[in-house]
Amino acid sequence: MSSGITKTASGGPASTARLRGVAWYQHPRWSRLTAMVAIAVVLTMVTGEQGTDRDIFFALREDFTGPLPWIWLGLCLLVWTVREFWSEPIRKVRRASVAKSDPPVAWVRGQWRGDRRIRQLVLAALVAVAAFAPMGLERYWHQVLVDQIAIYVLLAIGLNVVIGWAGMLDLGFVAFFAIGAYSAAFWTGALPVDPPFELNNFLVIPVAVLTCLIAGLILGAPTLRLRGDYLAIVTLGFHEIVYITAKNVEDFTGGARGVSGVEHFSIDMGFSYEWKLDPLPYYWLLLGFIVLLVFLFMRLEHSRVGRAWTAIREDQVAAAATGVNTVRFKLMAFAIGASTSGIAGVAYASKVGYFNPENFPLLASVLVLAYVIFGGMGSIPGVLFGAAFLVWLPEVLRDYVDPRDRYMYLGALLVIMMIYRPQGVWPSKRRQRELKMATEGTVDGDATAAPAGGKVS
Amino acid sequence: MTVKVTKDETPGGKPESVTGDLVLETKGVTLRFGGVTSLDSVELRMLRGEILAVIGPNGAGKTSLFNSLTGAYVPQEGKITFRSGKGGEHSLLGCKPHVVSLLGVARTFQNIRLFGALTALENVKIAAETRLKAGPVSIMLGLPRARKAERESDLKAHEMLSYVGLDSKMNELGGSLSYGDQRRLEIARALATDPEVLLLDEPAAGTNPTEKRELEELIRRINTERGVSVLLIEHDMRLVMSVADRVMVLNFGRKIAEGAPEQVQRDPAVVEAYLGVAPQEEPAAEGQE
Repeated sequence: MSSGITKTASGGPASTARLRGVAWYQHPRWSRLTAMVAIAVVLTMVTGEQGTDRDIFFALREDFTGPLPWIWLGLCLLVWTVREFWSEPIRKVRRASVAKSDPPVAWVRGQWRGDRRIRQLVLAALVAVAAFAPMGLERYWHQVLVDQIAIYVLLAIGLNVVIGWAGMLDLGFVAFFAIGAYSAAFWTGALPVDPPFELNNFLVIPVAVLTCLIAGLILGAPTLRLRGDYLAIVTLGFHEIVYITAKNVEDFTGGARGVSGVEHFSIDMGFSYEWKLDPLPYYWLLLGFIVLLVFLFMRLEHSRVGRAWTAIREDQVAAAATGVNTVRFKLMAFAIGASTSGIAGVAYASKVGYFNPENFPLLASVLVLAYVIFGGMGSIPGVLFGAAFLVWLPEVLRDYVDPRDRYMYLGALLVIMMIYRPQGVWPSKRRQRELKMATEGTVDGDATAAPAGGKVS
Repeated sequence: MTVKVTKDETPGGKPESVTGDLVLETKGVTLRFGGVTSLDSVELRMLRGEILAVIGPNGAGKTSLFNSLTGAYVPQEGKITFRSGKGGEHSLLGCKPHVVSLLGVARTFQNIRLFGALTALENVKIAAETRLKAGPVSIMLGLPRARKAERESDLKAHEMLSYVGLDSKMNELGGSLSYGDQRRLEIARALATDPEVLLLDEPAAGTNPTEKRELEELIRRINTERGVSVLLIEHDMRLVMSVADRVMVLNFGRKIAEGAPEQVQRDPAVVEAYLGVAPQEEPAAEGQE
């Protein structure tokens, strides 16, 4: 009952702040100022001299004595000032333009919301841009695009189903990626053991999906009654089992030496085509997979399945009392995520031809998780962007900073992001509302935050 | 309603025995948490089509009873039987909550448990589609079956929302509705599962007098128009007395009285449970000095 009282009393952060009598120095703008200074420091380090092994203070001395830090500090302070003090006039102008139904803005918005065909057309155009834009890039970027970005995007949209929609923290996601890769190796005859018959890579995909589905069910069935942190530890254990098995069962998996000679994708039906070492055809193939999966998953999100997942995530007890079979829907999310990971595994194995257990470290699972959270859990465009951007960033940093330091900057970005925009770059509406309600204390925001076993009223 | 209640009342306010078309029956349900006995061989006999109120002081085990009936708790002893109007006798003891819901026993919660980030319509749709058979594959492929299921649940949810009078607020978030509206949305969500028995856990708590009157009317309508048997936990005695056909009183996990509202109101054991002392007129009510 008390929640009802607090709900009516709090009319947003501004009014509560006034009620509590917050002093001027407690205003959130000062913490945002600190953030901007921190960003200026990071940018100075990125763009300035890089460190050497001989002198640990070298970079510090070089970077922070010249004009560089002042330039960045000035720029960051400018951004801060505009945001804090001129946001009201800017908003006024924008509101006025919306009120007058300013032709371009309102028209575009109306078209987007109103007409389904326009939306489809825009999405098709985006896919076309994604397909043809890389043709102008160098071969190095083609490699990055296929081996890293496309594969990680596939993994991220799979993990998004598990964590973003069903709200289950899965830290062993890359285990399914490994299972997919080893399935591809097995069915194309690249493993030390011979398969009963060899399959074309395209036919391996359904087989690998099935294998991952079964693996997902085997892991999921006994463990999905666990919640949050406990489930995360279970998945961590599962990842270790798969990883160590791949490493030690030498007669079957080739052990630490790895697998080589996985065949490329090929078509041989009337006409024949083989995907070879050239990365671009592979990129288009993977883009096809991504577009197809995004299309299928979008339908899921706005169906009974997506709603049931949201219900389970928000309040498992209420969902069960409403007739939602929580175990079935959680297993479904787990299996769908696992099979997406399996598809990525097959594509990866076929593309690189050679891989070993070290390609599936725990770090990869953690990185995929970071991409999903950075982009915005539960939002497909967010996850696509998050994965693509965060995979691209270390690659582009290679030209600017000491390559060994690249992931440090990625870390800094994640820290700043989680403090100031925890909902991600492009959050889903449902998730954003949940986060808002959780910070206002009106409900439990997240099933993963609830204790194991849950609460019963 | 054709309710047959045979009264063989024993002196001293002992519970009467009820015979007839029982929809929900418990026998000797005992629920313990460690050393605490929350329910002590509770006998509940609920007739089809009646409104039965469960009252009692705080901590009497009312909500524990609800949780035991709906599968959230599993009592250590006893039997819980649900007789469906479609035929078939089901034991609810140890049933998973979603199975209980699918069998036809729906509930609301004392502390409202809506899906706050979903709209009112989506909240009800989740309940409306639990009986539909549209798997993830048919949804992903956009098969006609999935589209039909979506239309059906949409229709059902709209119907339920207008039934409780929330159709104008169907696109508002569950968490942003007013308290009374949230209560009604919870009832709409429970009704959308097509229940035969509806368990309402303090539906009037935190609502204002106007909302209480509307709620009273809504409970009556659910009972008469939809033929749903209602089991009601409520502290508001005015509401209980006006809406309930029969009242059952729990205290310390034990049933201490059962019967028509006026009769229970005068029961010395009930008065004692609520006020702490036996009334002056009948000093030896329970054989205590």
